[in-house]
Amino acid sequence: MSTDNQFPLWEVFVQAKSGTPHKHCGSVHAADKEMALQNARDLYTRRNEGNNIWVVLSSAITSSSPEDMGAFFEPSNDKPYRHPTFYELPEGVKFM
Amino acid sequence: MSKQTALLEFILRHADNNLILGHRLSEWCSRGPFLEEDIATTNIALDNIGQARLLYTYAGEVEGKGRTEDDFAYWRTHEQFTNAIITELPNGDFGVTTARQLFFSAYAYVLNEALQKSTDATLAAYATKASKETQYHLRHCSEWVVRLGDGTEESKRRMQSAIDELWPYTNDLFAVTSNDTTLIQDGTIPDLKSLKAKWIEIVTEVITRATLIMPDLNAFQHEGSRIGKHTEHLSYLIGEMQSVTRAYPGAKW
Repeated sequence: MSTDNQFPLWEVFVQAKSGTPHKHCGSVHAADKEMALQNARDLYTRRNEGNNIWVVLSSAITSSSPEDMGAFFEPSNDKPYRHPTFYELPEGVKFM
Repeated sequence: MSKQTALLEFILRHADNNLILGHRLSEWCSRGPFLEEDIATTNIALDNIGQARLLYTYAGEVEGKGRTEDDFAYWRTHEQFTNAIITELPNGDFGVTTARQLFFSAYAYVLNEALQKSTDATLAAYATKASKETQYHLRHCSEWVVRLGDGTEESKRRMQSAIDELWPYTNDLFAVTSNDTTLIQDGTIPDLKSLKAKWIEIVTEVITRATLIMPDLNAFQHEGSRIGKHTEHLSYLIGEMQSVTRAYPGAKW
């Protein structure tokens, strides 16, 4: 099957249990929201993987591009003071 | 007619419904309209076959002659099956499969809801488990009926013709035999006739939402599956389904 006769692509996010974040687990083709939810349910939650599903049109996601990598992420490489472990705690501090 | 015989007859009827429909749906495997729906359809097939297995196992217990789920599925002839005729009909196009699924799932939904109140603990437990699966089947195929019915001119034409073609086989789902009477009286099973109104309500809502035309409620209906009357399609299905078991009896893999 060629790609241009398929339904739109949706990204699927599954929450393993209540209170935890939804994790991206893959994508499905579907003509509408309900079909996307049902296809995601059939593909990604057959083995007890989750208790909630989000689907979002892939085209609605804005992504940074590979060329942005340097400008976006490298500047933080040499700034270890942004990690809390960089700092030594004064002795008197009990709860952090 | 003893209660045991009546109960066995009822259980086999519903086990056969699920097995035969599950087998029909499994024929879509690798032929689905697209990958995701191929998986969804075979998922439903597996649910049906799983429900059939539970019921056949219980049928073996009720009968007490040591027959297993496999004996019921693979070692009976086609005239011994009492599945509703609609479950054995060929898949047709995706519209026909979808219409059959709507009629059957709505039926299984109302039946399982009522059967959860059975005075028979095993049947009640079966219905509680099955009804969660059935709810999903109904939701899945209802959305398809609406999507195709309220879709393009071609999909609407096909969906309407599928509904009209299968309608005469729907009343057969609700057939009651004289053996059912004792089971209905002591609360083992619901009176199927009393479930029809709720079924009509569900399918009418879906068909109307799909902008399709409801068939005539008083139109001619095929009957007789409870006494082993079937279409020619069943014998071919059974022949294929049982071919490996009969060629290699007792084979394990």
